[in-house]
Formats: sequence, structure tokens, C-alpha cells
Amino acid sequence: MTRILLLVELKGGNDGLNTLIPYADPRYRQLRPGLGVARERTMQLDEHVGLHEKLAPLMESWKGGDLAIVQGVGYPNPNRSHFRSIEIWDTASAASQTLSEGWVARAFGGNRLPQGLGVDAISIDTNSLPIMGPELRTIVMQEAESFLRQATAMKGGAEISDRGNPALRHLLAVRQEVNAAAAGLSDKLRAAPAPAQEYAAGTPFGRQLDLATRIITAGVPVVAIKAALGGFDTHAGQAPVHETLLSALANGLATFRRNMVAAGRWDDVVLMTYSEFGRRARQNASAGTDHGTSAPQFVMGGKVRGGLHGAQPSLADLQDGDLRHTVDFRDVYSTVADGCWGKVAGFGQRPVQPLGFFA
Amino acid sequence: MAARLGRRGFVGGAAVLSTAALWAPRPGRAAIAMGFDEARHLLSRVTFGATPAEIRAVEALDYAAAVDRLLVARQANALTPAPAWVSEGPAELREAQKASREKKGVHGKPLEIVRPVQEQARELRNWWVEEMLVTRQPLVERMTLFWHSHFTSSLAKVRYVPAMYRQNELFRREALGNFGRLLKAIVRDPAMLIYLDGGRSVARQPNENFARELLELFVLGEGHYTEADIKSAARAFTGWSVDRETGAFLAHEQAHDAGQKTFLGETGPFTGDDIVAILLKQPRTAELVVGKLWREFVSLKPDPVEEKRLAAILRNGDYEMKPVLRAMLLSPAFREPSVRGALIKSPVDLIVGSVHLLGLPVPEKTQLVRMMQGLGQLPFNPPNVKGWAGGEAWITTYTLLLRQQFLRRMIEATTVSSMDGNVAPAMRASRRAERTEQASAEELMQPPPMAPPPPIEGRSLRNARMEARLGPTLAGIDAAELQRVLLPCKPIDGAVASGPPGAVVALAMLDPAYQLK
Repeated sequence: MTRILLLVELKGGNDGLNTLIPYADPRYRQLRPGLGVARERTMQLDEHVGLHEKLAPLMESWKGGDLAIVQGVGYPNPNRSHFRSIEIWDTASAASQTLSEGWVARAFGGNRLPQGLGVDAISIDTNSLPIMGPELRTIVMQEAESFLRQATAMKGGAEISDRGNPALRHLLAVRQEVNAAAAGLSDKLRAAPAPAQEYAAGTPFGRQLDLATRIITAGVPVVAIKAALGGFDTHAGQAPVHETLLSALANGLATFRRNMVAAGRWDDVVLMTYSEFGRRARQNASAGTDHGTSAPQFVMGGKVRGGLHGAQPSLADLQDGDLRHTVDFRDVYSTVADGCWGKVAGFGQRPVQPLGFFA
Repeated sequence: MAARLGRRGFVGGAAVLSTAALWAPRPGRAAIAMGFDEARHLLSRVTFGATPAEIRAVEALDYAAAVDRLLVARQANALTPAPAWVSEGPAELREAQKASREKKGVHGKPLEIVRPVQEQARELRNWWVEEMLVTRQPLVERMTLFWHSHFTSSLAKVRYVPAMYRQNELFRREALGNFGRLLKAIVRDPAMLIYLDGGRSVARQPNENFARELLELFVLGEGHYTEADIKSAARAFTGWSVDRETGAFLAHEQAHDAGQKTFLGETGPFTGDDIVAILLKQPRTAELVVGKLWREFVSLKPDPVEEKRLAAILRNGDYEMKPVLRAMLLSPAFREPSVRGALIKSPVDLIVGSVHLLGLPVPEKTQLVRMMQGLGQLPFNPPNVKGWAGGEAWITTYTLLLRQQFLRRMIEATTVSSMDGNVAPAMRASRRAERTEQASAEELMQPPPMAPPPPIEGRSLRNARMEARLGPTLAGIDAAELQRVLLPCKPIDGAVASGPPGAVVALAMLDPAYQLK
């Protein structure tokens, strides 16, 4: 049994407190007098928290019982640099540790993957770190058609010396990857049916999800696909920007779910959102929020057990103005790795505490 | 037009004659001609790529003399006339936006095509690409681009385009100038104040965004400061803002936190200028800049010993850029033949360099900008505050395919009178915008009439015979020399230097070695 993992990175640091809102906590209004989301614009999930109304399209999945929301995800000694923190998330490292291999690659722990089409993972985003590693054959493709057309036009490469030049070595390795990947992919993708329901036209996120859908419905045997939605670094004038982003996210994910259900593949797929950090509990003077720590993650899929998991961090117990995480992101990864590829992989966290979001 | 015809005059024609005396070897010091291949190497790193004539013009010079000559910045401003709107304030831009929203088409529907900010952004990018192509001092443009990727600001956030133009002017002025002066100017630069929210940072609630990136990315690097230093710096910069009417820098005294701050071990009622002064005392500051210069101009492999030596030159020379650049270009590590071809061309190198080398006339630059965007380097839109990662990151499965496609397109266009017939949709779009105001709804449904493409003289260089015309830059050069001009090392995919010149150029440009410099 193996499921395809679709990673959706929310670039810039998504504001968890305005995504999954502790609407019942008066401290929320005190910390966010202008930026807090009004109770009536919150879709209550239990007596403590609710989703931002712009996430309404996700309610279909929530009611269908296949949307898990993991609350308070973060890691000890949080780093507030975008670049360092996303590296920590992408490689499943500790805050004090620098790793170069992506966590999806690490989850396979050096085991060769079954030989498929010469492609193990596909990034439709510019950051492919989580799916990069010596054991994974990862390719970056942003648009299927142009990828195939150009791949066909490129010359095949036999064994060619890199002359001890690392730049040339990199170039030749990439070219070899393209040739191998294109050969296997082209027939499959050309035959892929269009998604049952169209994604928002003209948006990069819509195009990414469209391509992800085609890869899956075409039966390309990859272990992971990486997509991303950018713009979450809302230091100033946050509300309108963040609402637009939440709306794009929810519409995209809801459409993806319907397409997978229509294609009979929803049980074979797991989708997970993540972001480098959440944001500071208190709003700043620019009607925005600064870099913070923990935030919720969404996990969806036909075999996902929906509902709230983990515990919402307390607004009464802030650390230096930031939320204390209640779930280590590496435990989320271990659970996802188990649910997708049937491996209980630890990422150095001790003890491994799997979350119960797979049925 | 004279300037345009004599472009890259720094190595040929009038410029050489008029200033030749300055570069004559000093008496008593033997001038040794560096030769063709070293001249090519030097120019490939400090320009966007050199034509045979440009290489010939320096090959007979003594190496050090050629370096000195490249470091002369003759003028502080761009040759290309600036777009008309660069001195407009935000107030005027708001007016223009309002007007364009209110402007109605014939049937009362708003015209969607005219969007002032997007249009200005397009003109700004085209302006810079034009300047890269016509400049007589390509190293100045390379350094302007270097500072843009270091002290990042992006149109994705800075919706006030004139501020990005002015920031670009600052980078050009200090391209070969002084890092200390640049740092003092950039902390109060309006585009930067907008990009990293400094303009909204006030004493009551300092916004830490700028202070954090200043320390992490612009000056010290992670691990060389504490969270407390960020908070202190953020307080020191409070009150610096942008005038809403003029777009100029503005200091709000009452919004400034004048209290005591402790920053990197020093305590005082610091202002932003004090923070800059303290940063310029840190050895890390010169080291970080030199590390980036090394990666940009010399090698992807760090050389700690040599970089330390260069950092000392930068710091002890009061942050003047010329001495450190000179020392770097004269460094044995730069001249070592094995580093030829050890860097990967950036999208700007590849696109501007190929157009320059082929002598392609491209009056409308929008298409070139689109290519840069596709390859991951849209000028004025760095991907994030860290700038373009560069190096091996330029080449992914996706961008490698796209690079080959663009090169093929240029090769096809080489024997064509201009690239515009095939590739200038933006120009047509703007003509359509003008037309729309008078057009009827029926007309709007029709695709706009397209100008017929200019006649193609000789299909493609690939299939070209001896008589195929290369542009003036490459015409009359024999096959062996064409290969030495186009490639930094031997071709990867086998013989290039035989056959008709057109075919040699096509094969060389599609060889993987062409991606290197």
C-alpha cells in the first residue's frame, strides 16, 4: 500500500490564529483588537475554536470526516528567520541541526523505491527541498505541456565527463534527469483526462493543483508532489491579503478533493499544508503580525480521520509573546509517513508520538 | 542613436582611442599581452558576454591594465532615458489609478487593460534591460544587479514604482562606489522602507522586519547577532518613513524611540545612522559582502583564506569597492584557467549576453523580460528578501529545458531582421489598449490584427549554409574562433568547430558549455 502525498507549502508564515480562531477566548480580542476575526465570521468547530469564514469551502471535507486539523504545531527553540525555519520544516531537523536532505527522502531511510517511471517525486513549486534527497529522483515541472515538448527536443546524453567542474557536473546531472523522466512521463500525461472540476483560472495555485491532479489521475507512480501558495508574510495591512489567500487555499483544496473523489483516487492521496511558522499573538502597529511560532496544519485524504487533533495553544501562557507549540511537527510527519508509505519513521524526536489522524 | 551604434564603446572604437593614453603601460613595467582566452574569461565575468571585437580590443593589453580600465566608471547615470513618470509622487500615481478606473470604454464598461502600476513596472524592466544592452560600462550594470539581489526590494510589495527606479539609481551610483555610503543610503531608501515595513515602524510598536533582515541577510549573517540586537535595531530605526505625497524619505521625530538601546555590545540613544556606524565596525560586514562577490564573480567554491584577505582590503579601504574588486580580479584564483566555465550563467547573463553576442536587434524588450521571468530572474522582483539564490539553483530540470528553448528561438531569429515580428505581444497589447477606447463591442470580440512578421532571411542557423548571414558582431569570424568566443571551455556534446559558421553558432549555443561562464 502506498499513497501519494501532496505537500502544500504556505509561504511566508501563515497566521494560525486567524486561520483556526480561538473565538471563545477573550484574550484573543485583547491581543488583536483590530485584526481579530469577529465571532460571527467564524465557523465554529467546537466550543473553543472555529475556522475563518473564508475557509468555508473546506466544510464539505470537514463534514465528510476527512479533514484533520492538527493544532499548535511547532518545534522547540523556534527560529524566526523565513529561510532557516522553512529549512527546518523541509528537512525535519531540530532547530540546532542543519540537514541537506528533505524529510520525504529521509522517511525512506535509504531504501530504494520501487522502480516506476524514473520519477519518484515532482515539484510544481520552486522550492523542492522536502522531496530532495539522493534516494529520490525528483523533477521540477511547472507546466506539463511545455515540459514534455522541450524534453522531447533535448538531446539524449550518454556518459559524458564533467572534467572535475562542479557546475558542469550539476548541469549534466540535471540533463540526465530530464531525459529519464521525460521518457516515462510523456505518454502517461498526454493521456491524462482533464480534471472533473476546473481550478480557479489564471492563478498559479490553480495551475499547480491542476497539474497535480493530472499526475495522479494519469497514474504516474510518484510518492510525493509539492505545490505552494505564497504571500503569507503579512507584516502590514494583513486582513484583506490574508482573507484572499485563505479563500484561494480553501477553494483549491476543495476542488482538489472533488476531483480526486470523481477519479476514484481520494483514498490513495494525502494532502498536507505547512508553513515555516505562525505569527506573533499580538498584532503590530501596522495592522499586521510579525514572525511567530506554532500554527495549525491541515491534513486531508480519503483515509484521513477528520476532526481536531492536538491541543490549541493557550493564549494565557505565551512565551515571549508567542504561542507555545503543543505538537512537534516531526510527529505530524511520522504519522503522515506511516499513513502514506507504511513506515514509522522517526526524525530524531524522542519519543515519537504518532497522532491518530489515520483511520 | 550614435551611442547605440557604438555600444560597448569601452572596448572598441572612439572610447579606446580617446582614453588610450590613460591605459598605456607605465614606463619601466613590461606590458604582457594577456591573449585571447584570458581576455574572454575576464570579460565573460565582468560583462554580460563579449563579442569577438570586444575580446580583440583587450587581448593585447597587460592584464592588470585591462582590469584597471574596466573599473573606470565614466558616468553615474544610465544612458537610456528614464521613463517619464520617475519623478511622480505617490499622490500623482493614486490620481492616475483613480482616473484609469473611472475611464470607461464605449459601452460604459471599465477598461481593464490600462493599469498604471503594471504598466510602469513593465516600462521600468524594459528600461533596465535596454540599459544592460547599450551600456558602455557593463560592470556597472552587473554590480547594480548584484546590489539589487543583495539589498532586495520587490515590486511585488513596493507598488510605488518610481521608488524602485530611484533605488536602482542608487545602486548604479554606488556600483563601483562605496559600500558604507550605500548602506547609509539604503537604510533610508523609500523602496526599502516600504518593502520591509520600516516606514510603518513607530516607537510605540517597532516593526522588526527590516532590522531582522538587515542583520541576517544584508550585513552580518545568522549567528552573529541576538534577538535582543534585532529589537534594539528596530527601535533605533523607528520614525523613518516615506512621505505619502512625494514618496521621499521622511523622519518623524515624534515616532522615533529616543531611549537607550544596547546593540552589539554598545549602549546609547541610538538612531538608525548609529546602527549603521556600529555595523560598519564589525569585521563580519566586509566578510559577508566579499563572500557574495566571490560567488558572483569567481567561483561557487568558497576560498576562506583569499576571501579573508579581500575582506580586509574592503574594510581597511574605508569600504571603497574598486580596490576590493581589483584585488579579486587580479587574484590567482580568478586567473587560474581551471575556473573558466566554473560559474553558471544567470538568466540575465544568458538572455542579455546572447542578444548582445548575436547582435540581435530587439527594439521592444518585453519579450526578453518574459524570458528572464520564466528562467527565474525577473528584474525588480527578487523571489524573496534573500535575493536570487544563484549558482546551481539557476539550473533545474525546468529551467534547463526552458533555457534551451529560448536559445533555439534566438538562433532561429538570428538570420531574421529582428525578433519583434515573432515576439512582441506586449506592444500589440498596448496598441490594443489605445484602440479599445474607440472600438465597438463587436470589434473587441475580434482578435487584434497582427502585423505580418518580417521576412525571414534563411530559416535557421542550424540548417544554414555558408551564405547565411550572421549579425555584424559575428560575421566573417571563422569556425574555430566562433567556438572560442561562444564557449568558455571545450564543447561537451562533441565537435562544434566545423561546418558553416551559422551551424557552428547554433551547435555552440545549444551545447551545455554555453550555460557556463
